[in-house]
Formats: sequence, structure tokens, C-alpha cells
Amino acid sequence: MSRFSAINMLLFLGVITLVAVPLIFVSGEFAGSDDQGQAQIEKSHPNYKPWFHSVYEPPSGEVSSGLFAIQAAIGGGALGYYFGVARTRRRITGGGPDSGWSSPGLPAGDGSGNRKRADAGGRAAGGSGSGGSRHN
Amino acid sequence: MHIAEGYLPPLHAAAWTVAAAPFVVHGCRALVRQVRTDPESKLLLGAAGAFSFVLSALKLPSVTGSCSHPTGTGLGAILFKPPIMSVLGCIVLFFQAVILAHGGLTTLGANTFSMAIVGPWVGYGIYALIRKLGGGLGVAVFLAAALADLSTYCVTSIQLALAFPDADSGVFGAAVKFGSIFAITQVPLAISEGFLTVLVIRLLIKASPGELSRLGVVRDSVRRSGASAASVGEVAA
Repeated sequence: MSRFSAINMLLFLGVITLVAVPLIFVSGEFAGSDDQGQAQIEKSHPNYKPWFHSVYEPPSGEVSSGLFAIQAAIGGGALGYYFGVARTRRRITGGGPDSGWSSPGLPAGDGSGNRKRADAGGRAAGGSGSGGSRHN
Repeated sequence: MHIAEGYLPPLHAAAWTVAAAPFVVHGCRALVRQVRTDPESKLLLGAAGAFSFVLSALKLPSVTGSCSHPTGTGLGAILFKPPIMSVLGCIVLFFQAVILAHGGLTTLGANTFSMAIVGPWVGYGIYALIRKLGGGLGVAVFLAAALADLSTYCVTSIQLALAFPDADSGVFGAAVKFGSIFAITQVPLAISEGFLTVLVIRLLIKASPGELSRLGVVRDSVRRSGASAASVGEVAA
């Protein structure tokens, strides 16, 4: 595994661990903190009556969780689409830099030189990264 | 951090809406300018919004035995600056209020202020500061995302404390109470969000280095370190 993927994997494992540890070692109801905040208001200010109600309220927890799943799916889909487009773009330009990165029209000033070096570095650091992954 | 519909007194709800409005309007202008000067960034704008959309729907368990969700605003603030993230965050909150009964229209101003204004500005401020002091990109992104997340929940606690001060200990006592519900639960989630945002930035640098260079995320580090490998190596470290 390249250094690039190894670090990505570690970051991912870090997130999983942080989620798993409370579930395994902490006993609690795992209620939402938003709801707990609301309960706190009701406890300290029992006379407060919400003066406005949601335009639409999901009729049950099931419907609500479905809507949340759709929200995550839309977001995840859009993110995946972006990475797909970016990958294809790089592949079409010969696995090379993104458009505008070292295009012929770009003046060869200080900035563009730096950018080219950055790209080379990106590949070096990526190991089997941008170039290699295409053959896998 | 979503204050439920109707759970802020009318005066507070109005005040937070008035406070948030100029940031969002200014953000809309910045967004239009961004799309006009760099039409290719539209897709990445969508991706940054999508990241916040996913993360703010993701309720994760925490060490306090309760659940909360990250905000995902650090990424957009780093890529596109806080004003643009304010608009994206406001859109996310609006959808959640209307479709999911999560948050609310009367509390949209207050929620926008915490998640889409204070969070992105704190995150971006930390990011810019660390970069200026010569810190690595990875560290800067991690702290920016984590503190954008955490500060959002601190603001929510203060907003609720101002509206519902404790009978004995006043606003401060209430802030501590709400803080113990929101902010402490949020600490591990903020760390998770930091990791996730670093991961996404690393993947973005690899997938579209040109775009990140145009946005100044990569170029800065190259200019500073002079050497190329360092720029991405830094993120790797």
C-alpha cells in the first residue's frame, strides 16, 4: 500500500474508532443532543410554549430516518460524482494535471513553475497515485 | 445544534435572523462572483455543499452516551472562504428545516449564525493563522474543521442560554448547562470531522490539484516551502 493510501486508511480508521468506542464502552441511550437541549428548555422553563410549528413533520421515526438517509445519499452521490468527474478529467488529459494547471496558454511565470513542481510532488508523494492507479 | 422550530422566543429569533442576514447576502454576492470568474469551480462548490449536507445528516454516538452530528462547514470555508460557505450552510439548514423538521424556519437565523457563519469563520481563521505561522496543511485543515464544528455548538449553547437563562445562575449558568449537553458531546465528533476533512482535502489534492491550486489551497504551501514534495508530503504527514 502506498504511503498516500496508508495515511488515508489511518484517517478513516480514526473516524471509525471514534464512533465505535462510545458504542462499545459507554452505556447510554444515545439520544440526540438536539432533543436533550430541547428537554433542558422544557425542564428549566416549563411554561415556554413553542410559538411556531414545523411546516412539515415526518409522521414517524421510520419516515424521518428514510428522509435522513435520502439526505445522506444525495450528498454522498454529489461528492462521488465530483470525484468521478475529476478523475475522468485527469485521465483524459493523459493522467496529467488538471486543466489550467499547466495548459499551454498559461504564462510561464513564477506561479506556474511552482504549480508544476507541486504536481510532480503530488505524484511522488502519492506513490502509486495518480499515474499508477490508472493501471490497477 | 439545530434549535427546534419555535424554540426561540420571537424577539431572539428575529434578532438572530437580522444578525445572520448580512453575512448570507454578502455570501450570495461572493458566490455569484466566484461562479462568474471561475465557472469550473461550480462542481467543487456543489461538492463542498454536499459534504456539509452529508455530515449534518450523520448522527454519531459520542462518549457522553448521546448522539450528535458534525457540521461539515470547515471544508467549504477552507476551499471557498467563509462567506460562500455561509450561503451553502444556510441552504443546507433550510432544506433540513422544511423537509426533515430538523431545525426550523423561525430558528433558521440562529442556526445559520452558529453553523454557517461562526463555524466557517472560526475554521478559516484557524486555518489562515496556522498556515501563516508556517504550520503544515494537514494540521491546519484538521484544526480548522474540528474547531469550526466545536465552535458551532458553543454558539448554540450561548444562543439557548440567552433565550433561557437559568432561574438561579442566570445566563452563564444556563450556558454551562447547555454547553455540557452540546459542546462536550461534540468533542469526539469534532475530532472525527477533522480527520474526515483532512481525508477529503488529500483526495481533492490528488483528484484535482489544478482546482485546489486556483483556490490557493495548495499554491500557498508551495510558495512557502519552495519545494514541491513538501506541499503534498505535508498533508500526508
